[in-house]
Amino acid sequence: MSATTRLASDDAVVQKAVVDERPSTWWHLPLTTTILGVLGLIFFGLRGIPGASSTYGIAREKDLNPLGILPEQVTVPSMAASIVLAVIALLASAALWALQSRPHRLRPAIRNTLVGIFAVAWVLSFMTWVISERSLSVGTLLQSTVILAVPLAFGALSGVLSERAGVINIAIEGQLLFGAFGAALVGSLLGNVWAGLIAAPLVAVLMGALLALFAVGYQVQQIIVGVVLNVFAVGITSFFFGSVMSANPGMFNSPMRLPTLRIPLLADIPLIGSALFEQNILVYLMWVIVVVLTIALFRTRWGLRVRAVGEHPRAADTVGIKVNPTRWSNVLLGSAVAGLGGAMLTIGTGVAFGEDMSAGKGYIALAAMILGRYHPVGALLAALTFAFADSLQLRLGTMSAAEGGVSIPGDFLLMLPYVVALFAVAGVVGRVRVPAADGIPYVKQ
Amino acid sequence: MKLELREITKTFGTFVANDAIDLVIEPGEIHSLLGENGAGKSTLMNVLYGLYRPDGGQILIDDQPVRFTGPGDAMAAGIGMVHQHFMLVPVFTVAENVVLGHEPTKGGMLDIAAARELVREISARFGFDLDPDALVEDLPVGAQQRVEIVKALSRHAEVLVLDEPTAVLTPHETDELMNIMRQLRNEGTSIVFITHKLREVKAVSDRITVIRRGKVVGTADPSADQADLASLMVGRQVSLALDKAPAAPGEVALQVSDLRVTDDAGVRTLDGVSFDVHRGEVLAVAGVQGNGQTELTEALLGLQDNVQGSAVLHGAELVGRSTKQILDAGIGFVPEDRTHDALVPDFSVAENLVLDQFNRAPYGSALSMNPTAVRTNADTLVGDFDVRTDSPQNAVSTLSGGNQQKVVMARALNRELSLLIASQPTRGVDVGSIEFLHRRILGERDKGTPVIIVSTELDEVTQLADRIAVMYRGTILGIVPGDTDRDVLGLMMAGYTAEAAREAVASGARTTDSQLADEGELA
Repeated sequence: MSATTRLASDDAVVQKAVVDERPSTWWHLPLTTTILGVLGLIFFGLRGIPGASSTYGIAREKDLNPLGILPEQVTVPSMAASIVLAVIALLASAALWALQSRPHRLRPAIRNTLVGIFAVAWVLSFMTWVISERSLSVGTLLQSTVILAVPLAFGALSGVLSERAGVINIAIEGQLLFGAFGAALVGSLLGNVWAGLIAAPLVAVLMGALLALFAVGYQVQQIIVGVVLNVFAVGITSFFFGSVMSANPGMFNSPMRLPTLRIPLLADIPLIGSALFEQNILVYLMWVIVVVLTIALFRTRWGLRVRAVGEHPRAADTVGIKVNPTRWSNVLLGSAVAGLGGAMLTIGTGVAFGEDMSAGKGYIALAAMILGRYHPVGALLAALTFAFADSLQLRLGTMSAAEGGVSIPGDFLLMLPYVVALFAVAGVVGRVRVPAADGIPYVKQ
Repeated sequence: MKLELREITKTFGTFVANDAIDLVIEPGEIHSLLGENGAGKSTLMNVLYGLYRPDGGQILIDDQPVRFTGPGDAMAAGIGMVHQHFMLVPVFTVAENVVLGHEPTKGGMLDIAAARELVREISARFGFDLDPDALVEDLPVGAQQRVEIVKALSRHAEVLVLDEPTAVLTPHETDELMNIMRQLRNEGTSIVFITHKLREVKAVSDRITVIRRGKVVGTADPSADQADLASLMVGRQVSLALDKAPAAPGEVALQVSDLRVTDDAGVRTLDGVSFDVHRGEVLAVAGVQGNGQTELTEALLGLQDNVQGSAVLHGAELVGRSTKQILDAGIGFVPEDRTHDALVPDFSVAENLVLDQFNRAPYGSALSMNPTAVRTNADTLVGDFDVRTDSPQNAVSTLSGGNQQKVVMARALNRELSLLIASQPTRGVDVGSIEFLHRRILGERDKGTPVIIVSTELDEVTQLADRIAVMYRGTILGIVPGDTDRDVLGLMMAGYTAEAAREAVASGARTTDSQLADEGELA
């Protein structure tokens, strides 16, 4: 009897019989990287401009650069450098071929490292080619990356907040737009940019209230509500822009800008100093909110309950957690956060409100949330990735007009962030674990 | 704590689920609530737990009337519940699930150390071996149930409601659960034990209340005769001992060899299964839910991706063919989850009855359907299978679960079959209808059709099977004759090989279940 008792009360974790066999789709990844690598080798390297050189600006004169450890700029022959980098990328995909074709499964850590090496080498190869005969300041590129990441990151965090609680948030676009609108309008009316900063989340919360009302209160299909709200946001802000703001821009829509808070010394670190320590308050808030939200979601009572509501609302209900109020408050909180992102578009960059100025950033933020696996830190990293593509696009767009070198049509470059988003999301979708009750309204009997 | 339910009434639309039910739970007793599926037991307990609002009646605790607006109130009053479908968050750890809703905190942060300690302390009291940091989704079902019990006890439950707790357990695990129940009672916790299994009621109860069609129809003593309890529960004399003729197996019809299914994460959910089914025999696949049975039946039907191995039916390979081709080969299929996989809820009974044949004569052609043939077919089958509905044109969702199951079975049996695969053929069906459906299955067998029955109910397995294949973690542990001892089957369901199980039983490992079965009042 003793033997039977032991086996029957086996509380140990079930060891799943994981098959150590390469999946039938093993060749997709190496093939994709090889094609991209070969294209890179041909276009960036072999068809580059012979004799041209590319210059990367590294350190600035005033930077802290003891004994000149970092050179002020690095100049490389464009063709040779692009070829070398493309070959490195191809070596990484060759390694992927070799490792993925083995009968065993490749460990994700190794695979991701190789993909990372490939991506960095490929992007550098592209950049080296495209700045032939010109120079590119890396510090400025990174600084604008961080600035461009702010709306995306805040938007993605809005998504994380509401989807972790089980409400699909397609309305990020509208929330950003409302935030931008509110910041410009209130800041302008009161003549105080700080008032605009406070107003942005409050105005964006209106958007969240509508989302929560329909998605949680009336249990309307959540994707449809989100899309409709985005259209509504464009419509109503454009109406006010066209009627009130255009009539008296001085009073209702004057460009204002949050002051840049420069942290002495730190801001003088080469490459990253200006990106990290010479920004306005919204950028610093972004770092803080990511940290606070990560701790709150995964280390506090509130976070445990929010995640329970998003994963298994009925289980949460049976232990006395109020499911729909939790969803309401998370959607509202998320909208407020997205509103801050919207503020970056107007008062953060010192421009007046413009019609449909969020221009799809909300959807990119949604992609960042998915790529970031519904985790604040992941969302931030994804937002930075997309923002890097955007920042590069802006830099290259201004270059194309210049004399000589490589010229890529500006409209083509505008695609860049979206292409990156498409590839990135396509690569992870299916491997991301969505909160189990995401998008399913909770109804009590 | 004394708990009293007085004249509780709960209606859903025109359906009266609970009709003025009175129930008194004395302190420190195991009170069984016995009734068939759909008798209103779970509804009553959900009213008690604050999940449903009653339409009438009141709840009294220690003779003081109380009102519960949600489960939070019920828990605060000392009522704990272990739900039939576990209320656990699969991606949380054991400790997180246990403390959810009453989390210990330290300096504003979750105090996971305290939560672990709580789990360890309660586990130790009952001899559980729960790892507080294990993810619930990785635990076997029995362990998940113990997490639910720990969760209820961590809230200082004085009345613990167990809703059909044995449905997911092996007989030995059931015995252990009964020991836990007795231990809890001895420590002063009252237990409400909801079940439809007579033997378990007899084994563990102090008092028995029988519910039928939403009403209390009587109370009984655990010493009562099983047949008496059964007739009280069903409302008429029942004889469940199905006298079935011995099988006359013919040649091998289905030959499955080394069938494997791999899921997206690379987990082998079906791991090298091989067996034969002969014409005119019933092969029952036994095992605790989630050990690969779903994958097996769906792989045979062409509903799974990533299937390797072979399954040859009358000389034709099934693996790699589309579900439509497989159905055209004459396979009748009853999926295990009727609401998700078997019926279109908003379609009428008549339409659901031809779902697998709507484009074939006489019901239709490639372009059109023949409503007259569909209607005639429905009238016949509704009569044959005693489907209780006002009209076959009613939406199938308006039927009770048992009647829906009859629709699914009627559809599967309504043509010449080369193979019948039925998963949980009588899930949620009342006792009288079970007998009827079992006879239909055996009738199909006697016509010479090979039959595969998948069931987690040992009673059903032993009643229908000519041979029994026991599945455990994706493999078949052994194929044994249909008259194999219940204890041997129970141990095999827990992972013993047939020989090891026979040895253990020979050396005296018997369960209450089999001992009571031996008394023989009811098979």
